[in-house]
Amino acid sequence: MTGRFLKFTKGHAGALRMVAVMGVIGSLVILMAFTLHHDPKPAATLVVVKDSVASVAAFKKVYKVLMSPRCMNCHPSGDIPLQGDDSHLHTMAPRRGADGKGVYAMKCANCHQPTNTAGKHTPPGNPDWHLPPANMKMIFQGRSAHQLAKQLINPKQNGNKDLKKLLEHADDGLVLSGWNPGEGRTLPPLSHAEFKKQWTIWLKTGAYAPAK
Amino acid sequence: MISLNVNDQNFDIDADPDMPLLWAIRDLVGLTGTKYGCGVAQCGACVVHLNGEAVRSCITKVSRARGQKIRTIEGLSKNNDHPLQLAWNEVNVPQCGYCHSGQLMSAAVLLRENPNPSDADIDQAMAGNICRCGTYLRIRKAIHLAAELQKKGETKG
Repeated sequence: MTGRFLKFTKGHAGALRMVAVMGVIGSLVILMAFTLHHDPKPAATLVVVKDSVASVAAFKKVYKVLMSPRCMNCHPSGDIPLQGDDSHLHTMAPRRGADGKGVYAMKCANCHQPTNTAGKHTPPGNPDWHLPPANMKMIFQGRSAHQLAKQLINPKQNGNKDLKKLLEHADDGLVLSGWNPGEGRTLPPLSHAEFKKQWTIWLKTGAYAPAK
Repeated sequence: MISLNVNDQNFDIDADPDMPLLWAIRDLVGLTGTKYGCGVAQCGACVVHLNGEAVRSCITKVSRARGQKIRTIEGLSKNNDHPLQLAWNEVNVPQCGYCHSGQLMSAAVLLRENPNPSDADIDQAMAGNICRCGTYLRIRKAIHLAAELQKKGETKG
């Protein structure tokens, strides 16, 4: 009896040990799964350290780019885009349309190809050529630095963009096309890398608007 | 070889992908109703439909049109009886006629998207089609007439 009891006890302890080991492994698996699933993205890229002086200084550089023909021509105050280094009204007077892509036989993509057309003063190209839509015109033309800075950080006026989306917008395809404007058009006053740097500084130091 | 679908027919053409679609349509497919005007998308003489949109074929590369639906003035209707063609004939719109295949193809997009266009709608839609004979007022009149004919056709149909 004793022998059998001892044997039983020994077997029982082994089973307990097995259960304990499985339990630990199981807990680790659950813990790992939980950790992997809930691994938060590092928030470091979105940290704002307020510095009004640095912010305003950066925006003054950004503003020069935004008001250059390569950016402003597609952010007109009216419903006809602008054209050329002198920002005259676009010949043929194409209209914005509800979605910003033109109207009827006068849609942007009818002339603006997916890539630049060869030759001077031929239509520049981009697969997504458009103006801002009619319900949010995002006008640059005529805006002071103060007005434009305020407008750019207001989601009701900037295409519903939060800080993250604003930062990403520096690399938007149509924004980038400003630095690939086709023959006969001047480039914005800063390189894209410098523009993105100043844009990022402006936003991450609090997106302060210049006084004027 | 590049496959083009023009007026519901397939054509295999031996062309550089960068060739203007206009060249392919006129010189390789052999449909010469579409005209060369300026070559830089400024006049509208070369308008054809690419998947229903009024693109300027002089600067549209063949590569963009590959496998897409292209329609030229020759394919606007089977018997030259598109409401616009009937109206153009009724109003005697053309003078020299050179720009009118482009005018008609642009107007066709307008009437499809807006069956009852106002003068302002017509002006906005047709602003990119230049006519050196100055037939603009007859063009506008004919588009209004075509809109009426289109409505009657729908009522009959």
